[in-house]
Amino acid sequence: MFDVTVIGAGIVGSLIARKLSSYQLSVAVIEKEPDVGNVTTMANSAIVHSGYDPVPGTLKAKLNALGNKMMDQVCDELDVEMKRIGSLTVALYDEQIPVLQELAERSAINGVPVKILNAEETLKLEPNLSKEVKGSLFAPTAGIVNPFTLSVHAIENAVDNGAKLFLDEKVVLINKDNGFYNIICQSGNTYQTKIVINAAGIYSDEIHKMVEPIDYFLTPRKGEYFILDHYCDDLVKHTIFPLPSEKGKGILVTPSIGGTFLVGPSAEAMASKDDVSTDKFTLDEIKRQALQMVPSIPFNQVIRTFAGSRPTPNTHDFIIRYAKCDNHFITLSGIESPGLASSPAIAEYVVNEFVSKVIDLVPNPNFNPRVKRRAHLNEMSVEERNKFIAENPDYGKIICNCEKVSLGEILFEMNTSVPPKTIKGVKKRTRAGFGKCQGGFCQPLVTKIIAEKFNIPLNQVMFQKHDSFVVRYDIKGEKK
Amino acid sequence: MINHRLVIIGGGSAGMAAAIKAYELGVRDILIIEKNAYLGGILNQCIHNGFGLHEFKEELTGPEFMTRFSKKVDELGISYALESNVLSISDDKVVTYSNAKDGLVEVKAEAIILTTGCYERNAGAIQIPGDRPSGIYTAGQAQLFANCYGYLVGKRVFILGSGDIGLIMARRMTLEGAKVLGVAELMPYSAGLNRNIVQCLKDYNIPLYLSHTVKKVTGESHLEKVTIAKVDEKMQFIEGTEIDFECDCLLLSVGLLPNVDLFNKLPLSLSKTRGAKVNQAMETEIPGIFSAGNVLHVHDLVDYVVEEAREAAVGAISYLNGELKHTGHIYDVNPGIGINYVVPQKVFLDDVKDSLSFKFRVAKPMKDINILITEGNNIIKKIFKPAIVPSEMEIVHLSKDLFKKESNEIKVYVEEKK
Amino acid sequence: MKELICITCPRGCHLSVDDNLNVTGNFCPRGAMYAKAELTHPVRMVTSTVAIASISECRLPVKTKEPVPKELIFPVMDEIRKTVVKVPVKIGDVVIKNVCGSGVDVISTKEIKE
Repeated sequence: MFDVTVIGAGIVGSLIARKLSSYQLSVAVIEKEPDVGNVTTMANSAIVHSGYDPVPGTLKAKLNALGNKMMDQVCDELDVEMKRIGSLTVALYDEQIPVLQELAERSAINGVPVKILNAEETLKLEPNLSKEVKGSLFAPTAGIVNPFTLSVHAIENAVDNGAKLFLDEKVVLINKDNGFYNIICQSGNTYQTKIVINAAGIYSDEIHKMVEPIDYFLTPRKGEYFILDHYCDDLVKHTIFPLPSEKGKGILVTPSIGGTFLVGPSAEAMASKDDVSTDKFTLDEIKRQALQMVPSIPFNQVIRTFAGSRPTPNTHDFIIRYAKCDNHFITLSGIESPGLASSPAIAEYVVNEFVSKVIDLVPNPNFNPRVKRRAHLNEMSVEERNKFIAENPDYGKIICNCEKVSLGEILFEMNTSVPPKTIKGVKKRTRAGFGKCQGGFCQPLVTKIIAEKFNIPLNQVMFQKHDSFVVRYDIKGEKK
Repeated sequence: MINHRLVIIGGGSAGMAAAIKAYELGVRDILIIEKNAYLGGILNQCIHNGFGLHEFKEELTGPEFMTRFSKKVDELGISYALESNVLSISDDKVVTYSNAKDGLVEVKAEAIILTTGCYERNAGAIQIPGDRPSGIYTAGQAQLFANCYGYLVGKRVFILGSGDIGLIMARRMTLEGAKVLGVAELMPYSAGLNRNIVQCLKDYNIPLYLSHTVKKVTGESHLEKVTIAKVDEKMQFIEGTEIDFECDCLLLSVGLLPNVDLFNKLPLSLSKTRGAKVNQAMETEIPGIFSAGNVLHVHDLVDYVVEEAREAAVGAISYLNGELKHTGHIYDVNPGIGINYVVPQKVFLDDVKDSLSFKFRVAKPMKDINILITEGNNIIKKIFKPAIVPSEMEIVHLSKDLFKKESNEIKVYVEEKK
Repeated sequence: MKELICITCPRGCHLSVDDNLNVTGNFCPRGAMYAKAELTHPVRMVTSTVAIASISECRLPVKTKEPVPKELIFPVMDEIRKTVVKVPVKIGDVVIKNVCGSGVDVISTKEIKE
């Protein structure tokens, strides 16, 4: 029996679990994927939005601005890379200038510092922008973050503080019996809990429907992206947005925290939540729009394309509330952009405004907000690094040449409370395989490291999910 | 900080050949830095035969070819650091590498030769449309798994790209028990050598789909299906030409790119090959930093890689001896009509001893053409070619006295018969 | 008349062979030899890897010392697949003697120490 069970270990569920672990509660997190942060958390713009854009008075507006402010501390505690690089929302036509003004007014109400820049000032900040630029809205508090390590470290911190994580558990049925919820999974396992928090992201509507009919609907909105290699340092230094439209914030061009550049996303309403395929037509359109803002984007430096799906609610706002039938079922739905930026504030909001009203929150005296600190080799001086490698030789052996990831960094992750079991899991945590060769050289090595760690043959190492093999057969041809 | 006269980055065939040549020319203070636990680089996994026809006048397998070089390196006592990855090269030739034993090591070099080879274009680089399941590999990855680790990546295989590694893997996968369903090539002609088309595809009745490419990849978790379609001259898909292949593995052999990262932060420019711009001595725009082999431009034969690496070694020794003056008459060497690229891109004529060579590739297969090399308006060399293909690098050797110092541009181009 | 592509070197000459085995289109004499052999008695080198008894996930590369008749490629592969070697092994060491009665040995192409 758990006090609280969180369904979904994306960024939102992970930070809620972490917050809950700071109290004397028994906490479970149930995740259908073999790793945490595997769906929407894995495929987004990785932007800490400043909060100028949401309509004032909405939950989005409030939690975005607050989440942005909280991000420094959260990232410090969780040892996650974050940089406030600022964003520029650019007007390419004269008639867009008044819109900048409106956005500035909105920012003021939302409590977000911004400044309107003229064309000259804009180009001074970003010389590679189109010379057609007429002005921009500069939001200095906007940032970029590593969403992969943020979610992994958040859940790791929750587990280190006593929460229990159950991976590969897909919830199929929820019923309430004798005042407790039974969460029944496809595996046959049942989790008994006093309180359910539905943080199932794009599938949150389906989870919610297991306890009552719902009065909103989610549309999966797919976003496709390009990733460009990190050899064009001066392409852009800020996140560059076009003016927002009904469909969202539009195609952005931004540095990522790993030094690469992201261009995207599209915003396609989809019939299926699971369709995160890319297509040439959409990518070509992204390219066209992005080049209008930044004409010199070197698309020959593309190292990957990807797509993610966000849950767009018909209510146009985050949905965070009790189920109508019961205040022991707390649901979070429609957490689309700016969900990542809002996530620390969402976690506080859920625990303070909802959980606290149905169960006593007694602080956990042993709670440690800090995650086990990683070695940051690039931040060390030669002397420091040498000393560190002398004590930990694995950090001298480079496994991923493109991103300069050492064996030590990979093995460190293998020994945390939420170790990666898949190639993708290693990639998300360490960046091994993120670079230009896309794992061409390091994937075989990482496969071996995982096989050794879990003492399994190479053909049992999974790429990202069950039935997603790296090498399938031994050379004799038999599937082991 | 330690010092070496010559630091060679990458201990594959190019690196070893350069080191041996430099040793033979009298330089003893050489360090080869190699990321793997062994010398030989990619040839370790190229277990098929066909290497060394020019070099040794016999057909060797990759491991045999590279062992001849590594034995020589050991015999000569040339030093090398294994399992050592170079992190950076500075303007003033400080090479920083990392390994488990010594940590971060800074080496001050008098001259550097970069021989880091190439990497394979992958699903990300070519922006393959559709899902992103497992089961999509570069041909080289599948080769490593099969030949070195003993695992097959799949049993129903489709191959995109008719580059040599793809063709060789078509045969390898077939021999090791997989079914290869076909090879699709975007261009109307194969990107691989003829003998590989014959020995790797025709021998095993594997169909080659020219002017076809992948339109969609399907697979929620692991690869389930590859859909190819025909393209027109503008590389646009032709509706209705789709063919589905149910398969568990898609191998990509869609080109190689110089692994030139270490040059990215240096003040030197790259050429059309995406390797460094070099002069006749294989020297980059930074005096004393040289480049050769697949990191300079992608070769089809290791024999030529080895030859080029020796040229770089000769260049490096000349540099160390103060013989590269970079003065006198200078030429820019440019590809003209019908030519994709020429190496080198610059010639300091006074630094040329007796002769120099131009290496180039043509843009498309052609028959009965002349290759013309001009200095300004003067044709200094004309070579008839009954047949020429982009998959085979051409080399032209020119004696120094052909150059008249009347212009500053050399052009290589194709003259097609009307 | 039969059309072939010569494979003796990377040049890949397009050869034509008539019924009397006269070869045209060849750049060098090896082309003519190849065409005649290919039409009368085609042979291929077979390369692969064999398992090593004491080391898992590491293979010893091998080749047929000489080309074998084309129809023996798969029988030779069957023998190679069954073979396990002990290390140390040097380049040229015989791994399978007289494979499939072809008179050709399968030999090691790599040195592997213990």
